[in-house]
Amino acid sequence: MSGANRYDAIVIGGGHNGLVNAAYLARAGRKVVVLERREMLGGAAVSEQAFPGFTFSVFSYVVSLLRPEIIRDLELPRHGMQILPLESTVTPLPGGDYFAMWGDADLTRREICRHSPLDAEAMTEFGRLMSLMARAVKPILGMIPPDPTSLAPSDIKGLMKLGGHFRSLGEEKFHALWKLMTMSSADYLDEWFECGPLKATKSASGIIGTFMGPRSPGSAYVLLHHYMGEIDGAYRAWGFCKGGNGTISNAIAAAARARGATLRTGSPVRQVLVKGGRATGVALENGDEYHAPVVVSGLDARRTFLDLVDARELPDELVEQVRRFRFRGSSGKVNLALSELPDFTCMPGVGVQHKGAFSISPSVDYLERAYDDAKYGEFSRRPYMDIVFPSMIDPGMAPPGQHVASIFVQYCPYHLNGGWTEAKREAFGDAVVDTLAEYAPNLRRAILHRQVLTPADIEATTGLSEGNIFQGELALQQLFFLRPAVRWAGYRTPIAGYYQCGSSTHPGGGVMGAPGKLAAERILADT
Amino acid sequence: MRIPHTLLTTPFHARTAPLMQGSNWRRWAGYAAASCYEFTHDREYAAVRNAAALFDVSPLRKYLVSGPDATRLLDRVVTRSVPKTQPGQVIYMSWCDARGKVIDDGTITRLGEQSYRMTAAEPNLRWLRRNAFGMDVRIEEVSERLGALALQGPLSRAVLNAAARDPVDGLRYFRMMDNRIADVDLQVSRTGYTGDLGYEIWVPEQGALAVWDAIMAAGRDFGVMPAGIWALDVARIEAGLVMLDVDYHSAQHAMIEAQKSTPLELSLDWSVTLDKAPFNGRRALAAEKARGPAWRFVGIEVDWDSLERPYREVDLTPALPMVAWRASVPVYRGSRQVGYASSGVWSPLLKKYLALAHIEAPHFLPDTPVEMEMTVEHRRLRASARVRKLPFFDPPRKKA
Repeated sequence: MSGANRYDAIVIGGGHNGLVNAAYLARAGRKVVVLERREMLGGAAVSEQAFPGFTFSVFSYVVSLLRPEIIRDLELPRHGMQILPLESTVTPLPGGDYFAMWGDADLTRREICRHSPLDAEAMTEFGRLMSLMARAVKPILGMIPPDPTSLAPSDIKGLMKLGGHFRSLGEEKFHALWKLMTMSSADYLDEWFECGPLKATKSASGIIGTFMGPRSPGSAYVLLHHYMGEIDGAYRAWGFCKGGNGTISNAIAAAARARGATLRTGSPVRQVLVKGGRATGVALENGDEYHAPVVVSGLDARRTFLDLVDARELPDELVEQVRRFRFRGSSGKVNLALSELPDFTCMPGVGVQHKGAFSISPSVDYLERAYDDAKYGEFSRRPYMDIVFPSMIDPGMAPPGQHVASIFVQYCPYHLNGGWTEAKREAFGDAVVDTLAEYAPNLRRAILHRQVLTPADIEATTGLSEGNIFQGELALQQLFFLRPAVRWAGYRTPIAGYYQCGSSTHPGGGVMGAPGKLAAERILADT
Repeated sequence: MRIPHTLLTTPFHARTAPLMQGSNWRRWAGYAAASCYEFTHDREYAAVRNAAALFDVSPLRKYLVSGPDATRLLDRVVTRSVPKTQPGQVIYMSWCDARGKVIDDGTITRLGEQSYRMTAAEPNLRWLRRNAFGMDVRIEEVSERLGALALQGPLSRAVLNAAARDPVDGLRYFRMMDNRIADVDLQVSRTGYTGDLGYEIWVPEQGALAVWDAIMAAGRDFGVMPAGIWALDVARIEAGLVMLDVDYHSAQHAMIEAQKSTPLELSLDWSVTLDKAPFNGRRALAAEKARGPAWRFVGIEVDWDSLERPYREVDLTPALPMVAWRASVPVYRGSRQVGYASSGVWSPLLKKYLALAHIEAPHFLPDTPVEMEMTVEHRRLRASARVRKLPFFDPPRKKA
C-alpha cells in the first residue's frame, strides 16, 4: 500500500459540489484528494470549445444560486470568478409582439403596463413577497436537515430550530409558504397576474429540470427555489460567469488547490472499499487504490448507493428508496455557433435584448402542451426554451463578429418512446431550431455548428443519472429530510466514513454549492 | 422595439426640455423630471415665496372614479369622510391597509355627485380595484392623459387671473373650478405642495403646450419662473409636508413592520375621521388613538450656535444643505436615540436649518430639546436642536 495514496479524505467526482467539499475540508487542514473520471474538472459546470473558437457552457449556463458564503469563504473572485450582468428576459409572442422584463424597474413597469396595468402593480408586490419568502426559506438551505421522526438530540435540536423559524415567519409568510409548497406554479401565478405571457414566463422557472408541467402541483416551490438566487442584493451571484460556467468550477478548484487539495482528473472510481461496515478508500477502474478514513461521493444518489458500493452493505429500505428516487431527466441543451445573431421579428436588429435571455414561453397552455408531449414519451414538438447569447456578454466566447447561443430546452425526456437514437437526437435539434426560427427567421442560415444534447447525452458525458440536471428532481417528496432518502438526508450513509455531497442531497441542484459545504460541515463535526 | 429604452416624458416636455441648462434631470415615477432648470435652484425657489413658480407635476398618479358606488368605494378606502365633501371640494388624506399602516397619500377632488379624481404618489389602480369588489364603480387611470401644473407663490393668483378666462379670486382653499386657458377647457384647484398661495391646473395632454405657453406669457410681468424638484423640496419641508418613499414607506412595499407608519405616526390625525362608515384600518387606528401613537412626525430646528461652533473650531464657515437631503439621520435626546430625521434643508426664507423627523413618544412634544447628528470635516457630531410643530412656514395668504 503506497503511502502516497493515503489521505484524510477522498472526494469522488470533481463537479462543483465535490470541489466545494474538498475546498472546505482542505481549508480545515485535511489532506484531501478529488478523483474525477473525465479529463476536465467541473462535472456539469464546464466550459468547452465544442467547435474551434466557440466556447460553450456546455451544460449549466448561468449562475444564480451559488451561495454567497461560499464565494466569500473560498475567495472565488480572487480565483477568477467574475459575474457579469444578465438582466432582461424577452418573451417573443406569436403575431409579432413581445413581453419583456428589463433590468430597470421603471422600464419593466412600463412594459408590463402595456400588457396589463394591474400586473405592473402586482409585480412589485409579488417581488416583495417572493423576496420575503426566499429570505424565510434561506435559513433552511443552510441547515443540515433534521429527521422529524428521530429522537436523536441533534435531530430534536434541529427540529426545534426549524419550528422556531416557522413560528417566527408570521402569518403572511407562513400562509404564502404553505401555498407555494402545495400549489402548481400556474395556479399560484393566477392568484397574482392576468397577463398570459407574464405568467408563462414566470411559471417556466417552476418546471426547469423537473418532469412536471406548470399545472402540476408542487411546481410553485421550484419557482421559489429559483427566486432565491435573486434575493441577496449586491452580494448575490446572479448572472453570467465570464468564460462560462467552467470558470466557476475552475475558481473553486483553484481555491481547493490553494488550500492544499490534490485534484486528479482521468481517475474514474470503480468502487468504494468497505471493510467491516467502514469505508477505507476507493479503487479506480485501472486498479489503483486510494485510502482514507473518509470517502465522500459527489455523484448522484443512484451512483453513490447502487454503483459505488455493494447494495448488500446497505439496509434494503434505503436501496428501495434510492431505486425509487426520481431522476427522469426532462431537459436538453442545444448549443449553436452562429455567423450572426438571430434577428427577432418582435424586436428587429441587434441590441440590448441580446444581452439578456429570450424565453419561448408565450402562454401557460403552450408550456403545458410541451409537457403533454413529454408525458407520453415524446420530446416537445414546440418546446419551452431559455436562450442566451454568451458572446454578447463576454466577447471572448466566440470569434469577433460571430456568436454562440446557449439554448436550454424542455421537454426532452430521458425515457423516449423507442429510446434515443442519432436520428431522434437530430430530429429533436430540428424541432428546437424550427421553433426558434418562427421567431427569428434568419436563424437557419446563421448556424455554423450545432451541438445537441439529450438527457441520454448528458448522462453519458457527465454521469448524471437519466440526465437529470439536479441529480434528482426538486419535487417536494424529494426535498429536505427526504433528499435523497429518509434518515439519510444528513450527508452520512449507513457505511461509516462514507458521505454524500452531491445535489442529490439537501438543498439540491442549481450550481448552489450548498450540499458540498454542508457535507463538509458534517464530516468535520464527525471526524 | 415598441418601448424605447428612455424615460417617459410629460405632456409639457417639449417646453421644459429647452429650458434645461445644467442637464439636471432626475427620475420621478418613471418620468424625466427637472431637478432645476437653471444651474442652481436659488431663483426657482425664490419665485415660490416671492412671485410665482411653475412646476410640471404630471408624474403624479391620477385616477377617475365614477359611478353609483364611487362615494362608497373612496369612503371605504381613505381615512377621511368622502360623503361629506361637496362637488368642487378637494380633500387631502392618506389611505391604509387593514392594520392602519399608510399605503400612500394624496388628494380627492369631487368633480360631481358621482365622480371623483384621486391623486397618488404611486400606482394604486390594483388597490382601488381590489377594494371595489362587488361595487358598481368605474376606475380609470388618467395619469398619462392628464397633464398637471402647479403654479405656486404669492403672485400665482395674479398670473392665473391674467391667463384664464374666469378669474380665480373667488376660488377658496382646497376648492376646484372649471376654467379655460388658451382655449383649452381645464380645471384649476387651489392646492399645492409648497404651503403657499398656489394652484394646480389639470389639463388634457393635447392642450398642455398651449396652456404652458399662456401661463408663461401671462406670468412674464409677474416674475413667473419654471421650477424643478429642488425648489419644490425646500418649500415642502418649510411647509412640513410628508413625502412617500422619502419620509415614509408604503405599507405595500415595506419589507418589515418597522418600516411602516400609521397616519397618526405621520401626524396626519387631522385627516382621519374615525366616526364614519367602516374604512380600511379603522379598528387599528381607533385603538391607536385610544392608547396614543408611539411616534410623531415633527419639525426639527437646529440651533445656529451649536451648528456654527464645530465649523469655527476647524476654521470654516458652516456648510449648509442648500439642496434638501433625503436620508436617515439619527436624532438623540441625552444618550438615547429617540428618532430619525428623513429630510432636511437650509431654509433661505426663515434662515434656519430645518428637518422633518420621526420622534418616539414622549420626546415629540414641541420645544423638546434634542440633538441631530451631523458631520463636520469627516467627524460625526451632534447639533443641538428643538422639536417644532409643523409647518415651519404658514403664511396667511395660503388660505386667504
